[in-house]
Amino acid sequence: MKQETLDLAAIRTRLTQARGKEYWRSLEELAGTEAFQELLQQEFPRQASVWSNEVGRREFLKLMGASLALAGLSACGSPAPTDEKIVPYVRQPEETMLGKPMFFATAFTLLGGVASGLLVESHEGRPTKIEGNPNHPASLGSTDAMAQASILTLYDPDRSQAVNNAGRISTWNAFLTALNGELEGERLSGGAGLRILTETVTSPTLATQLGQFLAKFPKAKWHQYEPVNRDNVRAGARLAFGDYVNTYYRLDRADVILALDSDFLLHGPGSVRYARDFAARRKVRQGQTEMNRLYVVETTPSITGAMADHRLAFRPSEIASFVRSIASGLGISTGPTREGPHAQWIGALARDLKRHRGSSLVIAGDQQTAEVHALAHAMNQVLDNVGKTIICTDPVEASPLDQMASLRALVRDMEAGQVKILVMLGGNPVFTAPADLRFAEQLSSVGLRVHLGLYDDETSALCHWHIPETHYLESWSDTRAYDGTVTILQPLIAPLYDGKSAHELLAVLTGQPGVSSYDVVRNYWKQRSRSPDFELFWRTALHQGLIAGTAFPPKPVKLKSLEFFSQAAASSSVKAETRNPNSETQNTLEIIFRPDPTIFDGRFANNGWLQELPKPLTKLTWDNAVLVSPATAERLGLGHQIGTTGGEHGRIFADMVELRLAGRTLRSPVWITPGHADGCATVYFGYGRTRAGRVGTGTGFNTYAIRTSEALWHGAGLEIRKTSEQYPLACTQFHHNMEGRDLVRVASIEEYRKNPNWAQESSDPQKTEATLYPPHKYEGYAWGMAIDVNACIGCNACVVACQAENNIPVVGKNEVTRGREMHWLRVDRYYKGDLDSPETYHQPVPCMHCENAPCELVCPVGATNHSAEGLNDMVYNRCVGTRYCSNNCPYKVRRFNFLQYSDFTTPSLKLLRNPNVTVRSRGVMEKCTYCIQRINTAKIAAEKEDRQVRDGEVVTACQAACPAEAIVFGDINAPDSHVSKLKAESRNYALLTELNTRPRTTYLAKLRNPNPEIEKEERHGS
Amino acid sequence: MAQIFHRSTNTLSKVSIFGGAIFVVALVSALAAFNRSSFVTEVGVARGQPVPFSHKHHVGDDGIDCRYCHTSVEQSSFAGIPPTKTCMNCHSQIWADSPTLEPVRESFRTGKSIQWTRVHNLPGFVYFDHSIHVKKGVGCETCHGRVDQMPLTWRANSLYMEWCLECHRAPERFVRPREQVFNMDWQPPSDQLALGLKLMKEYNIKKLTSCSTCHR
Repeated sequence: MKQETLDLAAIRTRLTQARGKEYWRSLEELAGTEAFQELLQQEFPRQASVWSNEVGRREFLKLMGASLALAGLSACGSPAPTDEKIVPYVRQPEETMLGKPMFFATAFTLLGGVASGLLVESHEGRPTKIEGNPNHPASLGSTDAMAQASILTLYDPDRSQAVNNAGRISTWNAFLTALNGELEGERLSGGAGLRILTETVTSPTLATQLGQFLAKFPKAKWHQYEPVNRDNVRAGARLAFGDYVNTYYRLDRADVILALDSDFLLHGPGSVRYARDFAARRKVRQGQTEMNRLYVVETTPSITGAMADHRLAFRPSEIASFVRSIASGLGISTGPTREGPHAQWIGALARDLKRHRGSSLVIAGDQQTAEVHALAHAMNQVLDNVGKTIICTDPVEASPLDQMASLRALVRDMEAGQVKILVMLGGNPVFTAPADLRFAEQLSSVGLRVHLGLYDDETSALCHWHIPETHYLESWSDTRAYDGTVTILQPLIAPLYDGKSAHELLAVLTGQPGVSSYDVVRNYWKQRSRSPDFELFWRTALHQGLIAGTAFPPKPVKLKSLEFFSQAAASSSVKAETRNPNSETQNTLEIIFRPDPTIFDGRFANNGWLQELPKPLTKLTWDNAVLVSPATAERLGLGHQIGTTGGEHGRIFADMVELRLAGRTLRSPVWITPGHADGCATVYFGYGRTRAGRVGTGTGFNTYAIRTSEALWHGAGLEIRKTSEQYPLACTQFHHNMEGRDLVRVASIEEYRKNPNWAQESSDPQKTEATLYPPHKYEGYAWGMAIDVNACIGCNACVVACQAENNIPVVGKNEVTRGREMHWLRVDRYYKGDLDSPETYHQPVPCMHCENAPCELVCPVGATNHSAEGLNDMVYNRCVGTRYCSNNCPYKVRRFNFLQYSDFTTPSLKLLRNPNVTVRSRGVMEKCTYCIQRINTAKIAAEKEDRQVRDGEVVTACQAACPAEAIVFGDINAPDSHVSKLKAESRNYALLTELNTRPRTTYLAKLRNPNPEIEKEERHGS
Repeated sequence: MAQIFHRSTNTLSKVSIFGGAIFVVALVSALAAFNRSSFVTEVGVARGQPVPFSHKHHVGDDGIDCRYCHTSVEQSSFAGIPPTKTCMNCHSQIWADSPTLEPVRESFRTGKSIQWTRVHNLPGFVYFDHSIHVKKGVGCETCHGRVDQMPLTWRANSLYMEWCLECHRAPERFVRPREQVFNMDWQPPSDQLALGLKLMKEYNIKKLTSCSTCHR
């Protein structure tokens, strides 16, 4: 195996010598290492058909089980297998029309229990696809990647399927008997030994039930804990206003945004809506050349940071003082601040913010300290933003509290032997609780431990009883959105495994066993609804996917006196400095804990779609790694290499390091991340599960093992020691390399205003139109797509949406290391400029559907053809797997089923498939079809009504999911269609035009809106 | 030097060369014929059903419209197989005690579906939509044959791609006025081509032969 270590110094030299705009995709590319050159020489690394025997076929199939696509393909030879049966209804439900999907509104709850509205597509009673609910304020029709993938969890064959008592299968009734026996004793003591642990509760019904429970057992306690909690946000609000306050943002009104370590475009309540509003202000068109400006101060590169017009990376300990400097620049007295090296930057930022009073916005990240949150509140107040770009309301949580303190109190009680019965409703605290609490150890002192969960996980293993929980698509409930809007969750399917919901378990605890979730939720709203006709109210709420008028009204808030901040600031800065005396000299680093961008806190560990989804910036799959900056890696002598021989294309060997933090150690591979702050390292948690299921168990490294309650998000004193080992990581970054062509085009808004046609001018001058083939004529529709790179935030929702819509299989880590991932749509990420603080760009790349498609000409069996509407059709039953088409595709968007990736056997996965798309078998080429099934459906609907397909009637899966509305699809033969108008924009350009492929998919060039004052300084400085 | 081969070799070689060619042609033709025979296509082969349901009786004798049972044929890709309830609409009143209909009553009683044997099954990779064909004036009879004359249902056409393309390439040969779609008896007029061309214009019928029209 040939390997080379990265020479970061050489890279720096190359970058400083580079003139003009230089884009690069990975450090290896930049270094021009021999191995990388070799990788490029092997024209098409994905084609390596080496079947190394590291993973036996049996093992491979086992790994794949949960997440692979599957289907009922009848053999193509014999048209009628003689035994196929048709099984009609006995009594057909009203409104059911076989062959036509129905849509039901519900909601998906994630971070902090806060929900986003959904419409779920159901085919004959099987939910198959998730879309956003256009009525819902947090969705407006879009979704994020996790909501898209949550449907796979519903059908996951590894979900727990039976009540489990101490390792043996048991029954719900046996559980009731056991529980009631124990509760008898508690009744006398008022529940003194009774504890309930939940995740964050926003459901009004569940909160009421918990209230009833506490009324029945006055001495019982209800604790809440989630590993990704919003304690700091709540504490910050308390510090600023003296009370818990929920804040949400109106990014549609914000001209200048300052994000303080906040990844508001990817995670958090309202992130989908924020992305929509944010991107809407970046949609520069002819005649509309204003766009918002985003400043980001952060530690770990995030997609929000990638969108920034100005970005600074700091160590976590530096952020608070930097924020104080900004605050004092805005006239908030924050005690003594030192003149830092960024004084001019701060000055320019402060002036920019002040220029936009009432239309600026300061957002503090969930993980930032309470003080930073309070300062952000103060800044928004000073800038007169409250009530304009930032809205304060009552808290969304039913019972806001400090979750860390809540968990700590629970553990203390367990330690003291006061807890007789512990009921855990969801969550996986044994895995996610901070290591120093020794939650698992203390749990053993509890007399009766009950866990309600989707999986028989780490927590279940230590409990007496495990009750399978219903998935949110299987049960009734209710929840609140970021602005308080209530959605009633309705089930799309009867529970697959006889699961119970939290409502049903609580009904047992409150002495109403047998009451269904439906009754609980409906009765709650029957009592609350003021509508004279409850049935109408109920049906309207279910149909709309929200209860109108339940959004919280803005709440007048009053900031505590500003002097308070200077005192708090002074004390905390002293504390920070004593705790963290210059980390560089002590040779220790700071550590940053963050939820994983795809599998979150670990709850999606068994979701193959999310495991295989490349992380937005690192493009790693199936693993986590320690992220460090290039400079830090250089100092510590860390690196990673590509292995190019023996079918290891795209496999990256990363140095294994040992992390030491406060006496705890962890081994993990390291990943060099351009743009990361120096002197610190980021670890994502959620990986390293031991009982996740066959997909998630054993992937990655459990960083919860070194996370303590004192340093939940940031800590000091991290030591990183390089070991002699290396670890293979599956990274999609090295595949599909387009070799430095003019693919992403970027200009500043000023340059654009001066020369709107710059994007088209920068295309290849040798562009030729000559072709030997007769031109295609399109008399009817001509489908095309335009992708606004300026709006794209790189969140990956489109990738998962495409996977769900088109029955795309998961291939597993080993196949990804061979470059065989099957995603029809990929999001390329490019870096530009300096190694330590590069600009980062995202570019979604589906099939280009070329007019002169190179793939069509080389297929020996006519399996890929040009349609009358300009699509490059792919005919699976003709394909014999020569892969010539893929070889000849300059965009590398074709995917080949090297092995039988689709799961044809797991029964639950059969329910998941989109019945309108073929499930592909081994040996077949596939690629983006522009969602041909959706086009045909729309065309048939239009023909039946004797009309043309309306603009916007065909919505591709990626387009529907996109929170930023960056993807627009439609008929380019209609001059006034949305897509035609975008293609007429001066920013419109195509990829690799010099090849005369004439792609139907085109891009709108990226724009930046730098602050002229800062840019001048930067140019001057460099 | 003596002849190596006997004179008869001349004949033998001619026979084997031409015979071989003829054999290859015959074999290919035989395979093609076999592939189109009802043994493979099941055209004209009546299928047994759990209840010997007769379209001949219900359509031919009773005159029940196709859409009474196949309710979604005008709206959905799938024409719809009637639920047991539809059978019982009548058969709770007439033939209510017939032993032949016991499986129907049993289904209605127990809530378990009747398992019909599928007669028309499209090959894999093909997506067909009934509603648009009905809308464009393709008669039921065009594809399904004279169902009103079938005691047990059989397949009237092969459902092969070449058969689909006969119409997709030249719809004028097959389309009929919309009001005649459900008419089993409709006979194409002598000037079908003229009528077909007129209807194609009127109904906006195009010759759809792109792969993605049916394959996805």
